[in-house]
Amino acid sequence: MALLEISGLRAAVDGKEILTGLDLAIDPGEVHAIMGPNGSGKSTLSHILAGRDGYEVLSGTVRYDGADLLALSADERARAGIFLAFQYPVELPGVTGMNFLKTALNVARTSRGESEMDAMDFLKFVRARAAKLGIDDDMLRRFVNVGFSGGEKKRFEILQMAVLEPRLAILDETDSGLDIDALKVVAEGVNAMRGPDRGLLIITHYQRLLDYIVPDHVHVLANGRIAASGGKELALELEEKGYARFLEVAA
Amino acid sequence: MAADIETVEQVQSVGADYKYGFVTDIEVELAPKGLNEDIIRFISAKKSEPEWLLAWRLKAFRHWLTMEEPNWAKVGYPPIDYQDAYYYAAPKTTDGPKSLDEVDPKLLETYEKLGIPLREQEFLAGVAVDAVFDSVSVATTYKAKLEEQGIIFCPISEAVANYPELVKKYLGSIVPYSDNFFATLNSAVFTDGSFVYIPKGVRCPMELSTYFRINQANTGQFERTLIVADEGAYVSYLEGCTAPMRDENQLHAAVVELIAHDDAEIKYSTVQNWYPGDEEGRGGIYNFVTKRGACRGRNSKIAWTQVETGSAITWKYPSCILQGDNSVGEFYSVAITNNRQQADTGTKMIHIGKNTTSRIVSKGIAAGRSDSTYRGLVRMQAGATNARNHTQCDSLLIGDQSGAHTVPYIESTNPSARVEHEATTSRISDDQLFYCRARGLTSEEAVSLIVNGFCREVLQTLPMEFAVEAQKLVGISLEGSVG
Ligand SMILES: Nc1ncnc2c1ncn2[C@@H]1O[C@H](COP(=O)(O)OP(=O)(O)O)[C@@H](O)[C@H]1O
Ligand SMILES: [Mg+2]
Repeated sequence: MALLEISGLRAAVDGKEILTGLDLAIDPGEVHAIMGPNGSGKSTLSHILAGRDGYEVLSGTVRYDGADLLALSADERARAGIFLAFQYPVELPGVTGMNFLKTALNVARTSRGESEMDAMDFLKFVRARAAKLGIDDDMLRRFVNVGFSGGEKKRFEILQMAVLEPRLAILDETDSGLDIDALKVVAEGVNAMRGPDRGLLIITHYQRLLDYIVPDHVHVLANGRIAASGGKELALELEEKGYARFLEVAA
Repeated sequence: MAADIETVEQVQSVGADYKYGFVTDIEVELAPKGLNEDIIRFISAKKSEPEWLLAWRLKAFRHWLTMEEPNWAKVGYPPIDYQDAYYYAAPKTTDGPKSLDEVDPKLLETYEKLGIPLREQEFLAGVAVDAVFDSVSVATTYKAKLEEQGIIFCPISEAVANYPELVKKYLGSIVPYSDNFFATLNSAVFTDGSFVYIPKGVRCPMELSTYFRINQANTGQFERTLIVADEGAYVSYLEGCTAPMRDENQLHAAVVELIAHDDAEIKYSTVQNWYPGDEEGRGGIYNFVTKRGACRGRNSKIAWTQVETGSAITWKYPSCILQGDNSVGEFYSVAITNNRQQADTGTKMIHIGKNTTSRIVSKGIAAGRSDSTYRGLVRMQAGATNARNHTQCDSLLIGDQSGAHTVPYIESTNPSARVEHEATTSRISDDQLFYCRARGLTSEEAVSLIVNGFCREVLQTLPMEFAVEAQKLVGISLEGSVG
């Protein structure tokens, strides 16, 4: 059974139809990439999957693990194992990174019927994952995303993913604003999350990230639907020729 | 310790009321409704007070009769009939809960969330109990520790009997009997409260009242607290309780006086969670409090921290009079209002001595249809050479029907003094809520996390064990504030 199955999804924001009939299926263990020009609806899709308010689903279905995903609230989806790495991570003044991670992890553990992790174990657990992403204790003592550089924000998103160990992770333009070194660190962090039970949906504007996170499938999002699908070579083709042909076809 | 003996007696007398009814005891234990000189004489006689204290009470009462209830605060409430109230040992209404089964389930839910033990729940909810609390034995242990160091910590009425010189010297020395309408009323009729004296050079080895929380639950409507830190002494005092407390008396008018001598430090922390009323604000407590500390000595320090989440109306301005050169005053406040609550709170920093410094950090959170006002005065008097104040005043609005207001008064007659004031108003954004919810937090958990972040600077000043409870309380106070 597919981990995620989107069929004929049409959705609107403020009365404007953004997704116009989108189909996509992700099996456990697969890494899919969605590429598309700015404004094609990539973030809209990620928000709808994560359950953000303010989007109107006009028709279509989204099934996660066989169940109706759209019936769940945002926090229920997160607790069911869906994770969204934000394109624009949000500042939480006064909330330390450490506290945020702990709160989120304990919510996740409680919903899985596990007990909360004790303070010492938690510290070890987080430090091990943070170190791989070049995140030190100082950064974890800072307030979530407050004064973070672009790269720090994205690394912190990936750390959250590593700590929460979701079943389906959606990464919305995690590569934007990263220099090449930071990009490699983030890519390694993402690759470490690949596994037989986990699905990854990598949303990106540029092919660059996909040199480091090699996807099983690549899709082109244009005018609110999947305009083409293929293997990783499709990404290279896009890099070379641009999105123009898909936009024309769709128009 | 005597405080606990009194508690036990109070608990037993509550039990007795239920068993035998209070009417038969009326001659001995109860004063009738209303306020007049006879009632005040009765209160004073019941407490076996010395003549000077009765005279002081009467002087206050006569003055009170000439005073008008203040109306400058941004709060509204129907007129209070001061004759329609009990001023001594109000009879317990017979329709009070007989067991926890009869208590509002919402209240019990809150106790549950705060992790309050069952017996304390009964006490807090006003259920008649006749058990002796575990805390009594704990208290006895600590009592010995305190006595060893010459620290006095007892009910104010006991202090009047046992340490009359100390009480006479300091009572009303910071908040005079004529100070304001509510403080004057308190001076006339106060019946409960604590007295603390820390001798020269002594550092109080524990947070006072942590181990006596249960006593605090039964404090009356006219508390009078007096804390004296002698030269070089240090004390941290905790007042209140995170659990919502029910009280049949709607009007509360407490007075707290602090005195810090040379090099002394007093830290006074409050968590106020009196019943706020129902969603329309019906039945909530009116909390009109006068709290003031004097940094009498050089290099002395007084720090107020308050977390105000309860009461229908909060009217309080814990203040510092910075007399001694180099003395320091601090005020850290979180005021959370929800539903129909109204809070008008802040501080006064009166700089008199040289090089005095004060710091004000106020965090107001208003949800529902509530109203939260910060009102603060910073006064630099002529002698306050090189005095400094910094004020940070932040408001957080939740929903679009709540109000937050900042009313700073700054007066300076010393050109070398510096006053800085910063104020912000913000809202919890949809982006923040979604970000947290995308990590699995419910809306309520998200609000709690975000508001706790907003209040962090203040909550950090609370003693550790209180801080944890206060963090939970912040979340609970705002339940239902986002859709
Ligand atoms: N709140 C909104 N109201 C109206 N239009 C919106 C709103 N949010 C996004 N859009 C529009 O939806 C389209 C898709 O946006 P988005 O999903 O952010 O694209 P991408 O992430 O692919 O750059 C854009 O045309 C954008 O202007
Ligand atoms: Mg986008």
